[in-house]
Amino acid sequence: MAHVNNDIKTYTGFRAITLLCLVVLYAPLVIVTIYSFNASQSITNWEGISLRWYADVFTGPESGKFKTAAFNSFTIAIIAATASTAIATLAATAMVRGGTFKLRTVSFGLISLPLMVPEIVTAVATLIFFNAIGFTRGYMTILVAHIAFCIPFAYLPISARMQGIEDSFEQAAMDLYATRRQAFTRILMPLMAPGIISGFLLAFIVSLDDFIITNFVKGAGVETLPTAIFGSVKQGIKPNIMAISTMLLSVSVVMVTISYFVSKSDNTK
Amino acid sequence: MAAGAASGGSARADTYKDARGWLLLPSWAVLGIFVLGPVCMMLVYSFLTKEFRGGVIWEFSLAAYDQFFFDRGLFGDEPPAIEWTYITIFWRSIWQAGAATLLSLLIGFPTAYFIATRPENARPMWVFLITIPYWVNLLIRTVSMKFLLRDQGPLNDFLIGTGLIDSPIHIVNTNFAVQLGLFYSYLPFMVLPVYAAVERYNFSLSEAAADLYASKWTTLRRIVLPAVKPGVVAGCILVFVPSMGSFLAPDLLGGAKNFMIGSLIEEQFKGNAGNWPFGAAASMVLLTMVLIILMFSARQQAKADKAGG
Repeated sequence: MAHVNNDIKTYTGFRAITLLCLVVLYAPLVIVTIYSFNASQSITNWEGISLRWYADVFTGPESGKFKTAAFNSFTIAIIAATASTAIATLAATAMVRGGTFKLRTVSFGLISLPLMVPEIVTAVATLIFFNAIGFTRGYMTILVAHIAFCIPFAYLPISARMQGIEDSFEQAAMDLYATRRQAFTRILMPLMAPGIISGFLLAFIVSLDDFIITNFVKGAGVETLPTAIFGSVKQGIKPNIMAISTMLLSVSVVMVTISYFVSKSDNTK
Repeated sequence: MAAGAASGGSARADTYKDARGWLLLPSWAVLGIFVLGPVCMMLVYSFLTKEFRGGVIWEFSLAAYDQFFFDRGLFGDEPPAIEWTYITIFWRSIWQAGAATLLSLLIGFPTAYFIATRPENARPMWVFLITIPYWVNLLIRTVSMKFLLRDQGPLNDFLIGTGLIDSPIHIVNTNFAVQLGLFYSYLPFMVLPVYAAVERYNFSLSEAAADLYASKWTTLRRIVLPAVKPGVVAGCILVFVPSMGSFLAPDLLGGAKNFMIGSLIEEQFKGNAGNWPFGAAASMVLLTMVLIILMFSARQQAKADKAGG
């Protein structure tokens, strides 16, 4: 039975296309990673393995620029992910544990707005907004914009997790005279931990990676890693850019992997 | 994807019913002030008069939309004719996004189907493998694609090395390069919803079709495809919409000739053009089109939900 069933399900060639799909997805990343270890001065010729371009990122003529950009990127990502995760957790509590209410659909629409509006439109709108209220563009404008557009990325794993938790635990705690606040902090939050961690990590990556919105709302002279990389790439791809790209790429891959195993470990519990 | 998160789980309760106002307040405030507010302000700006060297004069004007759609000659006094410049850019964006969507569907559908028919405990690993590249910085992925496709790049080296071609194929700075870049950027968005739909598909329908002597490909076309259509539509939208407004792929892979609407908008704000109302109007045209597509898909989804019981 199972065998027959399986036979009907499978199509010749689909496995090959799947492998092709994975090759397409990974080949450019793998190749840039390999070439970031190239000893050659030019990006075209392969002259053996070396860490010189990694050293160049930290000590070369552009290292000051990259360090500042990295500092901006990481501090903005940490603050934006923390703030958006906190905001998303509160919102998810209201949406999942708040019963049905009239503005529920509107709230959900508002939370998913940054996912629906094309990024370039959000970017332009934010630029216009800061300009209209006379706010000087710089570190703060980037931070505020990042907090806003990271909210849905933090919200989705958090609300998905909360939907999977029966509220009987909280009810039991409250039957035993816990206040609602205690039920929230002592019962719901610990159970929510995997969702919150994965929400935080996704928001962190999204902030760290954003180029388009940052490019519009940043002030002159304030750079994040993606805008610094873009500025360099416009003059041609250089080996040090491949080294810095590889490092940033590794951060994302590590974060997503942690996020995956956090949520996975939880399922088996 | 988004709709799924909104619909309630079995465990929904109303423990925080009377506190939901202040629980929602921070998200309402942040998103209202910094996303919804700005979009409304952008709409206002599109009806203002431009100031030279960026900025606006607070005076109502239809000039931005007029410039987008109508050509009034060099001195602006001829009767309005249709302005093809921007409509061509808009059309190119639709065409490029459409080609990228089709390419993603051709690769993404079989991939999603294949993953959904793996043993249940193996599926999350496959899905994880497909999603990892999405989380790598879009700029880095686009640059990597450019590096790979260059005339002296690894792809051409490889093809020449294997004797398949004699001289490098020029891919960078063509329409095709942009399509490849968009396809590469958003391919995971195609795989995931299609996968979710195929996973829910009841394969006993395929068995029934086989019992009635339908060939496997007929079964795929006439039974499986209609059943998973909502997932396919969702995937197409998730690839098409961001592709339409994309800026990086046309900018880095397309060169100056293969301008899309994202680049047009960018130039009004960051480049030399410096016409904010016109940039805002172009953004509004893009946003309107995207909202129409999303409304259309929401209706399709609602219809499918109803049909599915």
